[in-house]
Amino acid sequence: MDPKVVNDWRLRGQRYRLEGEVCDHCGESIFPPRDICPECKEPAKTPHTLSGRGEVYTFSTIYSAPEGFEAYTPYTVALIKLEEGPIVTAQLTDVAPTDVAIGMPVEMVTRRLRTHGDEGTIVYGYKFRPLHLGQAAD
Amino acid sequence: MRDVAIIGIGQTSVDEHWGTGIRHLMLDAGLSALQDANVDTIDAVYVGNMLSGEIAGQSHLGALAVDFMGLEGVEAYKVEAACASGAAALRTGYIAVASGMMDLVLALGVEKMTDTSGRETTAALAAAADAEYEVSQGISFVALNALLMRRYMHEYGWKREDFANFAVTAHANGANNPNAMFQRPITAEAYARAPVIASPIGLLDASPVCDGAAAVILAPVEYARTLSPAPVKILASAVGMAPLAVHDRKDPLALEAAITSSQKAYKQAGLTPQDLDFFELHDAFTIMATLSLEAAGFAERGKGVQMALDGEITLQGRVPIATMGGLKARGHPVGATGIYQIVESVLQLRGLAGPNQIPGARLGMVQNIGGSGATIITHILEAMGS
Repeated sequence: MDPKVVNDWRLRGQRYRLEGEVCDHCGESIFPPRDICPECKEPAKTPHTLSGRGEVYTFSTIYSAPEGFEAYTPYTVALIKLEEGPIVTAQLTDVAPTDVAIGMPVEMVTRRLRTHGDEGTIVYGYKFRPLHLGQAAD
Repeated sequence: MRDVAIIGIGQTSVDEHWGTGIRHLMLDAGLSALQDANVDTIDAVYVGNMLSGEIAGQSHLGALAVDFMGLEGVEAYKVEAACASGAAALRTGYIAVASGMMDLVLALGVEKMTDTSGRETTAALAAAADAEYEVSQGISFVALNALLMRRYMHEYGWKREDFANFAVTAHANGANNPNAMFQRPITAEAYARAPVIASPIGLLDASPVCDGAAAVILAPVEYARTLSPAPVKILASAVGMAPLAVHDRKDPLALEAAITSSQKAYKQAGLTPQDLDFFELHDAFTIMATLSLEAAGFAERGKGVQMALDGEITLQGRVPIATMGGLKARGHPVGATGIYQIVESVLQLRGLAGPNQIPGARLGMVQNIGGSGATIITHILEAMGS
């Protein structure tokens, strides 16, 4: 068993649903969960699932990948500013690198992130795609 | 609290040391520092290193270092703060000597990165970032810097070519450093043509994977003059911290930890940026050099690139950086880099920097960055004269 399996399982709420927290004191939306509000430093343990909609804050297309991601090059990673406020690091999908722009509206989808060899687990999680694509498909 | 001085320095060349393992790199640098300081006993050894466990399968470097250096019974351990491990080891030694608990300390930085494939090294380096929320998304360390560079270009209107002089200057200086990994100048055209690793970062924006070790000996200032003909005083030692992940920082382009770290250091030393003769900054990527110049107060927000375009960062410029090649050309053996920066600064302050000597250099600032900017450690050094 790949030692990362337990870690991947533990993060399922974040990876599949963007489960974060909201601060009961100042209303700050928090992702990933950290139980202490980064804004007002008060305890913040109330679960809160983010909408998954946001926009591209910045992006980079990777041509030389770390071990485990070689098969996917070139792929584009981005910082996504979610509409609730937090920024997440994630891959973009369903879009050519040349069509990506800062400010582009995107939405979360669940996709394969990587595999751990032929007999290992397949890791799924959030990626983001252009928002208009989702609307056209619905 | 006692004032602390550097009384000895040592370094191996930065290279792909296929024939030399981690223990002999430590041995070479450590013993040359002891010899330079003309001491044969030491109270403690602190080893700055990031990747020995991941790449060489060797943790417990403190014990290995004193064992193979013949420093039997001397206390030693490893200090880790990603790419700022070297400066963290120095600061640990500084605290030990300043407190009066230790008189003579060896602060050593070592990294052996070439004993595995480039992809494995890339993956190991990525561990400096947030494993669960950055690395799991397929991000590399280069890509984190690329995200910052793209946003910087977007906000301030710079083009990729505008960053060329950071790499050109570093290579020009590295050409005169016999210990540098790259001892050949490059042109702005070569920079522009370099293959893209993670857009907009190309090969010549980035520091290389390499091996090396560097070491310094620390002693109380009160004894330093009796031990060394040209001691260098540590005027300031300061750490700034920011959230681990780039996405958790309120203002990713501000390099908040560098602002805190530099401000603390200026206050400790009673100096302003204008007082410094040079700034050994952490040019792991051209964007990091830019953001560091801004955070340390040498350029306004969004204007760091202008300093490179205007030639202000050369040896003859207003703020010389990377005086012996920097991370870009001397090389960036990650856990050793912070000590290489100190060793080279001591050479400048002793007047022994050869063709790269900054005339009359008396005050230098050195800044070592861990990860994408979560740990930033600044030291200010002053020549004590002979």
